[in-house]
Amino acid sequence: MILSALFFYLFASICVASAFMVIAARNPVHSVLYLILAFVNAAGLFLLLGAEFLAMILVVVYVGAVAVLFLFVVMMLDVDFAELRQGFLQYLPIGGLVGIVFLAEILLVVGAWNIGPGIPNLVAAPIPASVTNTEAIGLVLYTRYLYFFQAAGLVLLVAMVGAIVLTLRHKENVKRQVIANQIARSKATAIEIRNVRPGQGLQG
Amino acid sequence: MTLPEFWTSYLWPLIIMVAQSVLLLVILLVAVAYILLADRKIWAAVQIRRGPNVVGPWGLLQSFADLLKFVFKEPVIPAGANKGVFLLAPLVSCVLALAAWAVIPVNAKWVIADINVGILYIFAISSLSVYGIIMAGWASNSKYPFLAALRSAAQMVSYEVSIGFVIITVLLCAGSLNLSAIVEAQNGKWGLLNWYWLPLLPMFVVFYVSALAETNRPPFDLVEAESELVAGFMVEYGSTPYLLFMLGEYVAISTMCAMGTILFLGGWLPPVPFPPFTWVPGVIWFTLKALFLFFLFAMAKAIVPRYRYDQLMRLGWKVFLPLSLAMVAIVATVLQFTGLAPK
Amino acid sequence: MTYQLPPLLPALPELILAAGAMVLLMLGAFRGEKSTPLVNCLAIILLVIAALVVAWMPGDKLSTFGGSFVVDDFARFLKILSFAGSAAAILMSLTFLAAEKQQKFEFAILILLATTGMGMMISAADLIALYLGLELMSLSLYVVAASNRDSLRSTEAGLKYFVLGGLSSGMLLYGASLIYGTTGTVSFSGIAQASTQGGLGLVFGLVFLFAGFCFKVSAVPFHMWTPDVYEGAPTPVTAFFAAAPKVAGIAMFVRATVTAFPGIVTEWQQIVVFVSIASMALGAFAAIGQRNIKRLMAYSSIGHMGFALVGLAAATTGDLRAQAVQGVLVYIAIYLTMTLGVFACILSMRRPKGMVEEISDLAGLARTKPAMAFLLAMLLFSMAGIPPLAGFFAKFYVFLAAIKAGLFTLAVIGVVTSVIGAYYYLLIVKVMYFDEPAPAFAPMPNEQVAVLAVTGIFNVLFFLYPAPLLDAATLAAKSLF
Repeated sequence: MILSALFFYLFASICVASAFMVIAARNPVHSVLYLILAFVNAAGLFLLLGAEFLAMILVVVYVGAVAVLFLFVVMMLDVDFAELRQGFLQYLPIGGLVGIVFLAEILLVVGAWNIGPGIPNLVAAPIPASVTNTEAIGLVLYTRYLYFFQAAGLVLLVAMVGAIVLTLRHKENVKRQVIANQIARSKATAIEIRNVRPGQGLQG
Repeated sequence: MTLPEFWTSYLWPLIIMVAQSVLLLVILLVAVAYILLADRKIWAAVQIRRGPNVVGPWGLLQSFADLLKFVFKEPVIPAGANKGVFLLAPLVSCVLALAAWAVIPVNAKWVIADINVGILYIFAISSLSVYGIIMAGWASNSKYPFLAALRSAAQMVSYEVSIGFVIITVLLCAGSLNLSAIVEAQNGKWGLLNWYWLPLLPMFVVFYVSALAETNRPPFDLVEAESELVAGFMVEYGSTPYLLFMLGEYVAISTMCAMGTILFLGGWLPPVPFPPFTWVPGVIWFTLKALFLFFLFAMAKAIVPRYRYDQLMRLGWKVFLPLSLAMVAIVATVLQFTGLAPK
Repeated sequence: MTYQLPPLLPALPELILAAGAMVLLMLGAFRGEKSTPLVNCLAIILLVIAALVVAWMPGDKLSTFGGSFVVDDFARFLKILSFAGSAAAILMSLTFLAAEKQQKFEFAILILLATTGMGMMISAADLIALYLGLELMSLSLYVVAASNRDSLRSTEAGLKYFVLGGLSSGMLLYGASLIYGTTGTVSFSGIAQASTQGGLGLVFGLVFLFAGFCFKVSAVPFHMWTPDVYEGAPTPVTAFFAAAPKVAGIAMFVRATVTAFPGIVTEWQQIVVFVSIASMALGAFAAIGQRNIKRLMAYSSIGHMGFALVGLAAATTGDLRAQAVQGVLVYIAIYLTMTLGVFACILSMRRPKGMVEEISDLAGLARTKPAMAFLLAMLLFSMAGIPPLAGFFAKFYVFLAAIKAGLFTLAVIGVVTSVIGAYYYLLIVKVMYFDEPAPAFAPMPNEQVAVLAVTGIFNVLFFLYPAPLLDAATLAAKSLF
């Protein structure tokens, strides 16, 4: 158990440190790279909890797809760092004040945290010990949480329709490639064999 | 905890694991050296050339000569480059490619980490390999590498989707995410006809083409298309960092070949399940199958012209995505209603 | 292991809407823009069918999907209202979008999906279902707000709504996670059981949850998006925003509050009282200086949400709760009709050169279009709460509940702000009846005439026969407890 504790502290401290660097880094691309580091370490924490499926999905979805697109966008932004930091001092007092208030509130909450006695037993779908964690997720995801699964699918559908509605424009006068037409061309329609006499060329 | 306990529970397994890893790495790197050579030889043969034939007998030491040449060159870092990320990129690309081999079983029980979600692990690692390219392209602070980075981001994310669906169909048939279990699930009395390449033939084709795209191999090597982008994301690289990129690229290709072998060609299983074929060690079968897939990769490079970028995207999103999605549905339906589903 | 599919009957209306939206999406995608009129028409039919299915659905209280989806009289009442609101919004948009060349088949589909989300919110009996429904509705709303891409203001409205909406969803989720952390459950009944022990964590979660709710119903202090979005979005979209999503928002606010937090009544009552006072006051004062009628309607809707929440603030204990909730339901139903009617008028403010939306453009409407001016005046009187119009009864029931609950200050402030609010409604009536006529508007399209006539006559004649609405609201309110 020493080993897993050691790894826990390793992952957790890197995770927190890189999460801090996400907001502290001056270069937005570095921020995204730190974000990726944080994700990967969070996946490590999942692994320590025995949730290997979640860990891998976190890496595949967030690091492998979402963060790539983040990076894609951030790389193309032409951000003026000097300008970006200009307002910082101006808003520091109020931002700091809000931050301190929130910190105090959270400390109060954590200080007075009382989890009711029966609450740990309320866990909705406990996992039988013999079932692997991928299987356990599968067992409830499409049965007990069918509704949520489908609803989340609908939400994603709306996001997709929305992205298309807001960005797709059919430009006039753009030549489009129609693969089917290209393939459907036969020798008869595509080429014409003419006998060209020397010095005369082709007329029409 | 006493010392002997510590020895037996931590230190000894650690030593074994490190030894296994080192052994695998050495074999893998030597294999990569010859794969590289084979790639060039096959390409040359298709074009009726001789290929590298000067260093060593039949050019067998060519890759090692290249290695020495790159290592002894001076690494040049462009003045405008983002130094940290510039040097990190080739390391990321190489280390990630090697890390995938940790879960690949080359024979029954011959695997460093036999984890439950092995296939997801490989998928995750291969989806991360795009970072090496993006980081290199951005950190070079130069036009062509940057364009290559943008291309690769879009390309690899697109083809990952179809690889994901391919993996899902195989999972449906095998009923496990563990790579050894996937291989075992293909074991049957019909030998190579039991392997998934036959029942899932369309997916095998999709996988093969997507693997080409995912490893930026021709005809999908738009990331380093020399006629448009000079050398793509590698324009500013030379010496050891460049070597690491090359190494990463070929290790990634070998990973894809191994993955194809496991998912569709029955891993270490013999093609015909009776002696004398069953006497041959599984690792030989595994290597032969992986090499066969690599041969297909090399032939594609030699004979297929490069795609245009919009054609690449069209193929990924408008052909492979619907096809693989439909196959997931069809396979699941067939398994459900014929009672062939595992368990 | 065999698995039984949970009963799908309770969710049938939402299934019809979602499946219908997908079919229409295919229709639009394959037939292109020319299918827009057909898609619009089919969308309205789908909404009507869904509303009929809601009304027909047998049984007293149905629940499915492990208790996270509930259909009771409360859900039936509000679902019918919001489906009707969405249908009316699509109906009113037809002429406008065709004339402004903004026809897109996706518009009706997004409204259908948003309405599905509303149905899910109204029926949600746990925090996850609530969040998913909310997000489904909100995402569709962000898109339709920005749907006129060539207009800078529409795009700005969409972006502003999206960013602030994302922030509020985040707060809501944070609150939900705090609540889950203290109670160990996401279902409202489970939270209600655990909330009897109180706890600071639960109150904190409640505050964040309410922040999200307030944003969605545009109550102060989370109202800042409302005027800009109302003004910037295309007018039919504004009409939609002001109607059905408000119904769903109030439904979710009421159901979550009264069913999940009966254990910490004093805590949430304070918040609701504050929110409703602030909303009523802001709605009354900030609207006075407005020139743009859509902006004015934004402040008016903020004020109306404040009035509706007065009823919720009274829904604390005993038999009084049902009566207070009934007040809220009556209020929201009447608010829906008033808003739709007024927007039918706004949508027909068209001159040959295009749409106008200044209050001064209504000048002398009484002489150019007397019937429209009369009905609009009646609707505005109703909004101001002048007897014997419907709006008066709406306010009467919520204030009555507040007084019975002992919230005298709240009731007095409510009456005072409604008097102040009456000023700007009456100002519009003055402009219509006593100012020099501006050039006449183009003839009103038939759909708008229909919506205006139905809502106007309902508001005028409500006092003659209020029983059906009141009875339905009473039944609906009782089903919550």
